[in-house]
Amino acid sequence: MNTRLDFRKLAKASRKVKITDTLTSLKIAVMGNHALQFFSSALRNQLLLLGINPEIYEVGYNQIDIELIDADSKIYKFKPDVVIFFESTFSIQNGFYKLDSDLKRMNFAKATIDKIEQRIKYFDGKTFLPKIIYYSYELVDDNVFGNYFANVQSSFYYQLFQFNAKLLQLTEKFHNLYIFEINKYLKQVKDTRNWTNVVVSDIHFSLDQFAYLAFHNAKMLSTFSGQFKKCIILDLDNTLWGGIIGDDEIDNIEIGNLGIGKAFTRLQIWLKELQKRGIILAVCSKNEEKIAKLPFEKHPEMVLKLEDISIFVANWNNKADNIRYIQKVLNIGFDSMVFLDDNPIERDLVRQEIPEITVPELPKDPVDYYHFLVELNLFDTVSYSKNDQNRTLQYQQEALRMKAIPSLTNMNEYLESLKMVGEIEAFQEHDVARIAQLTQRSNQFNLRTIRYDTDDILRIMKSSDFLTFSIKLKDKFGDYGLISVIILEKNGQNKYKIDTWIMSCRVLKKGVEFFALNYILKTLKEIGATTLDGEYLATKKNVPVKNLLQDLGFSKKENGYSELSVVKFKNIRNFIQQNK
Amino acid sequence: MILDELTNIFRDVFEDDDIHIENTSTSDDFDEWDSLNHIYLVVEIEKHFKIKFSSREILQWNNVGDMVKSIENLIVK
Repeated sequence: MNTRLDFRKLAKASRKVKITDTLTSLKIAVMGNHALQFFSSALRNQLLLLGINPEIYEVGYNQIDIELIDADSKIYKFKPDVVIFFESTFSIQNGFYKLDSDLKRMNFAKATIDKIEQRIKYFDGKTFLPKIIYYSYELVDDNVFGNYFANVQSSFYYQLFQFNAKLLQLTEKFHNLYIFEINKYLKQVKDTRNWTNVVVSDIHFSLDQFAYLAFHNAKMLSTFSGQFKKCIILDLDNTLWGGIIGDDEIDNIEIGNLGIGKAFTRLQIWLKELQKRGIILAVCSKNEEKIAKLPFEKHPEMVLKLEDISIFVANWNNKADNIRYIQKVLNIGFDSMVFLDDNPIERDLVRQEIPEITVPELPKDPVDYYHFLVELNLFDTVSYSKNDQNRTLQYQQEALRMKAIPSLTNMNEYLESLKMVGEIEAFQEHDVARIAQLTQRSNQFNLRTIRYDTDDILRIMKSSDFLTFSIKLKDKFGDYGLISVIILEKNGQNKYKIDTWIMSCRVLKKGVEFFALNYILKTLKEIGATTLDGEYLATKKNVPVKNLLQDLGFSKKENGYSELSVVKFKNIRNFIQQNK
Repeated sequence: MILDELTNIFRDVFEDDDIHIENTSTSDDFDEWDSLNHIYLVVEIEKHFKIKFSSREILQWNNVGDMVKSIENLIVK
């Protein structure tokens, strides 16, 4: 993971990636009004490094509207998962200059937005609904009005600002629309463009700039396919504060106004914001637990408090072992974890023992921590729901549950002692964001790994071809919230098949699948259905559900499907009480 | 010397570690030497030698030897 690979090094690195079936496939259409061949090639290479093998269809230069209007165009046969619209400010500039009145120029941003709405709407009613990534316009002024541009609504730079603001607002209208804000990623590359290539060949950015844009764009795409970070594991001494709490004692650690404490404060404030967004914070420190907790409890200038930390591990064990313990409690993939430590030896050890985990090479000087980490854009996401904000509490409860296990002799006794209550119902409007998010985030307990966005879920809810179920779970330690989603699709006369069966990994092995199946079969019986078909689609991560259907009593058929007879089904024992 | 360094760049750009270039080589000698790869070559040559060709001189090259001459001129300055 290197944001700084230039175009040529990137090409070399990607040549080493073996193209195999284990890579995720992704169909991307790229459209623009400037020469994008180098961009597409850099995007392909960045994706390969992220384990995605893309098929890229580059729509002819400046052919956007012709391609979209014609229903027989290749783009509709290609059925892209993602369409990237990457337009250049230089290319629209001449069109702006041709507008012959101030009034028309003042309307430029709005007229352009209307055109874009139209472009997005061309995908309505097709058999596929791609995610759309629209590049904002590069903010580059012609300086015709100089710094007075803001006072002149008909100036080019004014209209660019207007356009970008309106573009962001369009996401409220189209849930499949995502914005790639190009200005965030310019100026961070030494030579943004080569003017010979701009003028002679219509290549508006340097190759290295394309590589950098492609890096961030590829990260966005990998987030679409479910690769994202959920947890950040923190070292303490010289990472969260300056100094060593065991030696320096609480008054002498650098945080807040002491020494370069502001550098650590800045980092902590940012971590707190991530935590509020739903990123889990865990501590992994070589310390006595009591001493390590002191600053969190007593230091007035600490931003992070104990209640912000989901799991606190301070002991003298090897850090890789402690991280494995944290992983076990959280039950998320190592590849969704980030480990922050100022000590290069610890970083190397963790990298070697757990290669999937992301370990940023923190700069030596703590004042560089914050901006270095921000630039890595490690926490890109494609969803945000209220549930995210409660996550810290949920994992603290999980840590308590883990501690409760050893005192009980068998699993059934343990499950019974949890006093679980489940609520199962058809999808409700207020749960749609969370349901879509579960389809995006879940990798392990996911029978077919189909990702849906909120629009898809709304469409499924409204269709009479589907039966939907969502499950919420509580136990004596706390509320898990909405943790399982099942979608059944009508599959002929009196038959249904499982389109989606997902469960949050936080409730694995609690019998939620039994609870769910009992209810589903009761529902199917009531509407007179006779069989339920199911199918397991293997991915790298969903091994836990490989035998789910067989374990639930489905019998294998020849076509890869398994089936369950509704009539013969007998309820499966579990320890979840049904609410209402 | 310059030719050796150029060879490395050509190999990366054409994604072929076995190619050899000489002063007399032209774009006709390599299938990979299309207009896009030509741009890629120029960019990487400028970056490697820390030089900047003028937009006109790029159009006047007929073979690798001309490129070498341009590079020599810019390095000497």
